[in-house]
Amino acid sequence: MSPERRQFLGWGAAAAAGAALAPGFSLIELARARSPQEAASALQRWGLLIDITKCADCDACVTACHEENGVTGHGRPETDAQWIRKVNLRDKRTGYAQTLPLMCQHCEHPPCVDVCPTGASFKRDDGIVLVDKHTCIGCRYCVMACPYGARSFVHETVSGQKADVPRGKGTVESCTLCVHRVDRGETPACVEACNRDGGKAMVFGDLNDASAEIHRRLRGEPSSQIRADLALNTGVRYQGL
Amino acid sequence: MRIAAAIVAAVLALAGFADAGEQRVSRVALPAVKIEKGEACVAPTAQMRRDHMKMLLHQRDGTLRQGLREPRFSLKNCIDCHASRETGSVLGKDGFCSSCHAYAAVSMDCFECHTALRQSRAAGAPR
Repeated sequence: MSPERRQFLGWGAAAAAGAALAPGFSLIELARARSPQEAASALQRWGLLIDITKCADCDACVTACHEENGVTGHGRPETDAQWIRKVNLRDKRTGYAQTLPLMCQHCEHPPCVDVCPTGASFKRDDGIVLVDKHTCIGCRYCVMACPYGARSFVHETVSGQKADVPRGKGTVESCTLCVHRVDRGETPACVEACNRDGGKAMVFGDLNDASAEIHRRLRGEPSSQIRADLALNTGVRYQGL
Repeated sequence: MRIAAAIVAAVLALAGFADAGEQRVSRVALPAVKIEKGEACVAPTAQMRRDHMKMLLHQRDGTLRQGLREPRFSLKNCIDCHASRETGSVLGKDGFCSSCHAYAAVSMDCFECHTALRQSRAAGAPR
């Protein structure tokens, strides 16, 4: 299905859902935490806005992410899993240096999903790109396909996992946008840490919700996608890049 | 505790019948079915014994792919009640999952990725 057709059908579904709402309910209600019995909905699209000009020289987001998700290394940086990392940019001519956090960009058209031979790599209806480790065979096609280098392969036996974040040897993993927290109505761990200990550079929210701060800022201020030329329509947007 | 004792007794009795003699009972360790918490499981015992894997499979796909996190049939909920008081785990020699699966010679892959430890309280805390 072509993207245009898909988008058209998406609009149709959104319009139908809007028309079906009982009087007294508005679409804004849908932006709140879902009940556990309610499936993730395509009316929402979760995203992040990261203002690099505020991104301090710290790694609060990385630490918080790896703590929240139980991502532990073996002191082998070449093979240890990395869900989020700080990337340092430096203009060779002027020497202007910037630093930014880079993680799964939760694309609307994710290449990792296109190449997955088993359907393990998938995009949830609300735009979060995940790996179904029950069906992942560890082929690592998605690791190759991702233009952001966001995916990691788990090379070694894992112990001490968090109850909400299963991790195991032989599967691929990446940022889940803290899907277990989002389903509880909370924000991802990196955003929380950045707003508490860092430069308050990250905003999390529903890109489709006109009342959300992220929606308002994306509409009113300039922002960019990394590798916008690939037309993946990322859910993670940057400012000041 | 009385219910737990009754269930253990029932399992022992069943195993005795199934084996038609004590020979195998003495060779193969019987599963340690210790219920640590609660009066009743999320479904009748007979149904749980037969269908727990189907419930978990159904729940797992709903949770991961659609974000349906109803706690009733979740693995976390199983572990919450059935983890051992001493170790806080459903694995190990007398672990609720591992001892029965060892008895039935059925391997399970859940705990390759999922934690086998109870999360809500410190291990061993009465609930």
